[in-house]
Amino acid sequence: MSTVLETDGERLLAALGVVLAEKGIATPAEIAERIAITDQASPAQGARMVARAWTDPAFRALMLEDGTRAAEAMGIAMRGMPPLGVLENTPDLHNLIVCTLCSCYPRAVLGYPPFWYKSAAYRARAVRDPRGLIAEWGTELADNVRVRVVDSTADYRWMVLPIRPARTEGWSEARLADIVREGDMIGVTVPRAV
Amino acid sequence: MAAFAPGAAVRVKDDWPESRGPAHIRTPHYLRGLRGRVVRRLGAFANPEDLAFARPAERRSLYHVAFDQPSVWQEGRPGDELLVEIFEHWLEPA
Repeated sequence: MSTVLETDGERLLAALGVVLAEKGIATPAEIAERIAITDQASPAQGARMVARAWTDPAFRALMLEDGTRAAEAMGIAMRGMPPLGVLENTPDLHNLIVCTLCSCYPRAVLGYPPFWYKSAAYRARAVRDPRGLIAEWGTELADNVRVRVVDSTADYRWMVLPIRPARTEGWSEARLADIVREGDMIGVTVPRAV
Repeated sequence: MAAFAPGAAVRVKDDWPESRGPAHIRTPHYLRGLRGRVVRRLGAFANPEDLAFARPAERRSLYHVAFDQPSVWQEGRPGDELLVEIFEHWLEPA
């Protein structure tokens, strides 16, 4: 089917799909499923997991033990994705995620990485001057807080479980999920009650 | 099967395969030759150094290894740390 909105990219995708099917590498259904999974992936998925962890201790325990199973328990498609690890911020430990080698990122639960995550400046400074970097985001850490920089170099993908902010007592899971941003799950920012 | 238990003192090999020819390496250069502590074994994964060249890739143990962040750079706040995935063949007892 041809429309005036069809682009070269769409024609290329269709042609590639035919070749992959003919060679028995991937079926059209598999490709469609993968596109649907990619389209669903966004920071809202990770935020849903964080909000569930804040309100459900059993889910929080599962999430810290096995991020992949926790994501699947919330209906997030993880098949074919690298294993997901979740690192918890505590009153005396703050995690910051980076991939100094390239741009490893937990795409299944956070979507595409923000542009700055792939920048040479972020990657270099996160490991060398994490406190300076975090401060430039306007994030204040208490004096007693240790910083742990997680350099994502290989087969795992990592996200941060931030601390539930004060003055959110009694909030619904959906309302909590609304205040969790992608930067909170990378560790450059922390969620605030708004 | 795993060579290093949680808590084991290790050193990242001071090896530079990229100086000997085409190489794909997942061990950051800033950690080569430095001492760290195994936090836990994450599992076994096909060796990316072979996968990248479409060679048969053996499964290797992958560890989460913690490093003292200020001592890597000779600056920073005492107590801060780096936590990095390192394959077993890049680690030696320290």
